[in-house]
Amino acid sequence: MPVTFTLNGTAQTVDLPPDMPLLWALRDGLNLTGTKFGCGVAACGACTVHLNGTAVRSCQTALADVEGATVVTIEGLGTPTALHAIQAAWADAQVAQCGYCQSGQIMQAAALLATTPSPTDAEIDAAMEGNLCRCGTYPRIRAAIHDAAKRLGGV
Amino acid sequence: MARLMKIARRGFLFGAAAIAGGAVFGWWKYATPYDNPLLADLPEGAASLTPYVVIDGAGVTVIAPRAEMGQGIHTTLAALVAEEMDLTLAQVRVIHGPASYAYYNAAVLREGVPFAPTDESWLAERMRDAMAIPAKFLGFQITGGSSSIPDAYDKMRLAGAAAREMLVRAAAAQWGVAPEGLRTEGGAVIAADGGQSLPYTALAVAAAGITLDSAPPLKDPARWRVLGRTQPRIDMIPKVTGTATFTVDLRLPGMLFATARTNPRLGGAMLGHDATAAAAMPGVERIVPLPDGVAVVARTTWQAMQAADAITFDWGPAPYPAEQADLAGLVAGAFDPAFQDSVNRDDGDVAAALTGDLFEAAYDVPYLAHATMEPMSAAALLHEGRLTVWSGNQLPTQVRAEGVALTGLPPEAVQVETLLMGGGFGRRAEMDVIRQAITVAMAMEGTPVLLIWSREEDMTHDAYRPLAMARVKARLDGATLAAFDFHTAASSVITSQTGRLGYNLPGPDSTIVQGAWEQPYVIANHRVTGYRAPMGPPVGSWRSVGASQNAFFHETAIDELAHLAGVDPVAFRLAHITDEPSRKVIEAVAAMANWGTPVAGRAQGIAFCLSFGVPCAEVIEVSETPEGLRMTGAWAAVDVGRALDPGNIVAQVQGAMVYGLSAALQGAITFADGMAEQQNFWDYAPLRLPQCPPIAVQVLELQRNIRGVGEPGLPPAAPALGNAIFALTGQRLRSLPFAQAVSFA
Repeated sequence: MPVTFTLNGTAQTVDLPPDMPLLWALRDGLNLTGTKFGCGVAACGACTVHLNGTAVRSCQTALADVEGATVVTIEGLGTPTALHAIQAAWADAQVAQCGYCQSGQIMQAAALLATTPSPTDAEIDAAMEGNLCRCGTYPRIRAAIHDAAKRLGGV
Repeated sequence: MARLMKIARRGFLFGAAAIAGGAVFGWWKYATPYDNPLLADLPEGAASLTPYVVIDGAGVTVIAPRAEMGQGIHTTLAALVAEEMDLTLAQVRVIHGPASYAYYNAAVLREGVPFAPTDESWLAERMRDAMAIPAKFLGFQITGGSSSIPDAYDKMRLAGAAAREMLVRAAAAQWGVAPEGLRTEGGAVIAADGGQSLPYTALAVAAAGITLDSAPPLKDPARWRVLGRTQPRIDMIPKVTGTATFTVDLRLPGMLFATARTNPRLGGAMLGHDATAAAAMPGVERIVPLPDGVAVVARTTWQAMQAADAITFDWGPAPYPAEQADLAGLVAGAFDPAFQDSVNRDDGDVAAALTGDLFEAAYDVPYLAHATMEPMSAAALLHEGRLTVWSGNQLPTQVRAEGVALTGLPPEAVQVETLLMGGGFGRRAEMDVIRQAITVAMAMEGTPVLLIWSREEDMTHDAYRPLAMARVKARLDGATLAAFDFHTAASSVITSQTGRLGYNLPGPDSTIVQGAWEQPYVIANHRVTGYRAPMGPPVGSWRSVGASQNAFFHETAIDELAHLAGVDPVAFRLAHITDEPSRKVIEAVAAMANWGTPVAGRAQGIAFCLSFGVPCAEVIEVSETPEGLRMTGAWAAVDVGRALDPGNIVAQVQGAMVYGLSAALQGAITFADGMAEQQNFWDYAPLRLPQCPPIAVQVLELQRNIRGVGEPGLPPAAPALGNAIFALTGQRLRSLPFAQAVSFA
């Protein structure tokens, strides 16, 4: 039975198995590949998207559970020609190395900044602990979050 | 080449009379034994001036033939070409290009010679130069060994300079003037009086017909405008917007998705399996047999993975001892003359000097997985007698060879498309997933299939960093290290890795002693002996290879000896090292960290390692908290000879430290019943952001050679942390990972 939800601002109907994780519906069903598969067990954060404004692991979110919901992926946050402030901060801090985890990192950071406009280092630690990066970009992620907070009007 | 053609098709400013692709260049032809691979299928209207430069109506494309796996190599390689062509990075496009022997890596074998990197003697240099000959002969297009920059530094600047010179001569011919007075700027050749200009795009086809009879001069570094300065990475905007294309992101019309399950007893056979239930599951298209397992092809990756979980297997035994204690026993038992592999260093008379009151210690490290964030993946399509393989791989010419071997097609019918890699760290020099994807493509002729491993498959089917051990004996004479006898044992990465590629390389494996034998410590009686342990599970190149274990053994022992001698660990190292760049990085990192004036409640440890020709010293600071030990600061100093992109070098050193610290804290792969026990990131746990200290990096340019820096930041990280823990708690840790013995916050 098709599932209908709002994806990056547009109504979307998907006819895929209802127990399929949202991650795979996005990637293989809708060819929206910015959201990454890293572990399949919510241990790495690479698949992070916003579900009704909250950061969730799309590998653990069943497609059926997004019926009627609002989903935002990295593609909905900003685009190469219209970067979101967080993406601009990420680019200016030259955060990404391999870049594979960065969609998830940015979506996690965006959810943090939406509720905590001026996060402390401890708040950044708490919010970002679930997002792995094997290239070791953590120092620049921290710097980019502080910078993004300023760009977004936090202090 | 499809991407190249697509790029080239963006603009058609040239007429049908274009001679693109037909030119042969006298000097260039002499300089490389391989034809320019770009000439084979250049579309009309595009011109390839060298194997690294294509110009079409839309602009300049640089072929960066090294694997972009996060190290920023595409940006720096493009900068080498852009600098000589008087372009900015924003004015060039960068692609991996085709698999070709023309892109062989001349530098990767340079430090394989039995001379320490600090040995600049005539003989050592001639031997290093000679290593370019087998490198050229093998034609290996390889990314590894921190060798991309040493390999490319002259080569790609020459490629840019040659292209520029040809464009200048084309403009001179068109204007009927001498080329000498012309200059280049902003992608155009400008007349001597500045009155007229011709864009490169309009000159390219004529330029491709010009033959240079000698190498063009290179720009004086004092005039550099791109190199030597931090550049925005060319892949940054795609990577922060989710628009970069990794292998797993490939989408083709009619494409299906697959996953593989093979024997977790690595190298063991599949005795039987039952896929009846899996074959009937929704979305499943085909179960394809593999030599040691199966691949499941389905409409979506998730359906393939669900079906793979529903297959029952009867796995054969492992071709190595099945239990961890027995695997450790293989290495522990190798400290015997019968297993001796090398004695690359034997100064003085160690046996005679090791008398009286001796220091003796034993160290060990476990197997480690690479655990790239993007699990192993590859796609392939066999269609109308042509095979195309899409993968992120460090050995594209080998990918082509695998395609030839499996399909029987000629090399020119096998096309390799290299996509961005979600981490490499040495893992993507392996061919396992590539062979699987090609096998699936052969069974699904006409249908492109993208094969992705589950994280569990990835974790349990690696070519691991070897389990390794060391035994150190030493004697102090007051504050001086009078004798140092270092024995280190591991199974051979080179034998294991090249064996999987079908090669049998004789001789000692220098990676067994890498990070130990060539260290610039001056000790009167100094011996480094490597032992080749019998082969256990497959082992492979893991970021910094042998230096990843030997620096831990070596620098922990040096620290112990410093404390035993009652000498400050920085002063002790400086007292035994004369190599100037090595001394400078130690002094620099000590100054950065305010060594010797610790903050109350904190303690610092230092370690040093010269690896891949780069001296690197690191200090780590720890404190005790109610939740456990916490790293509160980290500092590093490296000397790369010449820093082409300082900001990226800092990022690489930071990243290598984090990778090394991940292993130091909790990294371990252990075996039971022949299978790796760890499955996913919950039981093979890398460092996470809250655990990561601030990391300050200083980049020095004192040494004579230009060096690559993807790996050298790693080896000192674990011993610096262990030495800091000793300084804080008095507990000496000689076994990795440290979490076996202490808790971390």
